[in-house]
Amino acid sequence: MEIKPGATVEVMLPSTMGYEKVAMSTAASVAKMMGFSDDRIEDLKTALAEACINAIEHGNQLSSEYRVGVEMSVNDDKLEVKVVDEGSGMLNQPATPDIDRKMHGEEEARGMGMFLIKALVDEAEWVPSSPSSKSYARLMIRLNKEKA
Amino acid sequence: MQQETRVTVDHKAGNGSSATILRFRGDISSASQDAVLGTFSRLPQEARAHLLLDFTQVEYINSSGIALVIQLLMQAGKAGDKVALFGLTPHFQKVFTMVGITKYAQIYPDEAAASQS
Repeated sequence: MEIKPGATVEVMLPSTMGYEKVAMSTAASVAKMMGFSDDRIEDLKTALAEACINAIEHGNQLSSEYRVGVEMSVNDDKLEVKVVDEGSGMLNQPATPDIDRKMHGEEEARGMGMFLIKALVDEAEWVPSSPSSKSYARLMIRLNKEKA
Repeated sequence: MQQETRVTVDHKAGNGSSATILRFRGDISSASQDAVLGTFSRLPQEARAHLLLDFTQVEYINSSGIALVIQLLMQAGKAGDKVALFGLTPHFQKVFTMVGITKYAQIYPDEAAASQS
């Protein structure tokens, strides 16, 4: 099956850890239909999993009342994914993780999600909620990274 | 939705050296604390001296799971234990390298290579 530019795919996830895997497999299917290489699909899956985990845990506070929206938009040479939650959004981005500080107990072992997202996709931004829109993370990955 | 983490402990001896292998299966995530850190802490001290972590059968690892591996390395490092990893997919070899784990543990492609470490 071929997927055409302009197509959108949406998934709604419960705010329960583990459901990020549903978003990962859906995004992997879309990216495969677009012609992404296997290694770029793995990058996308990991980045999207981390964005969903942030939304489930921090945005929606694991509340069963809320859902995480994952909106995938297909373009000619790129795939854009928005991960929408009910929180107020990320006001301060965490510092880049430092393995030496982690190994010496000076920094929490956790807290690598946003770093991985930024490292694995071509663009990533976090948009706080506003009166007209919910908080979301936007990830963009290009089909041919070399041509970016 | 999170798949349970199962772990088995193997001991391998040969050529004058021995190693303990923690073989993980399933997911490694925030729910894996007991499988990763609990299993490590229950090992007798002498079994921790040369430790190999086997990820061959791991289907999913997220940043919380990577954090547990870092905590294990931290505890092993304090005791002077040597830890090596094997069986990670090329993607997760890249991710583990990105977060700096290779500064504190060697990553090998397979068990044969890791056993020589």
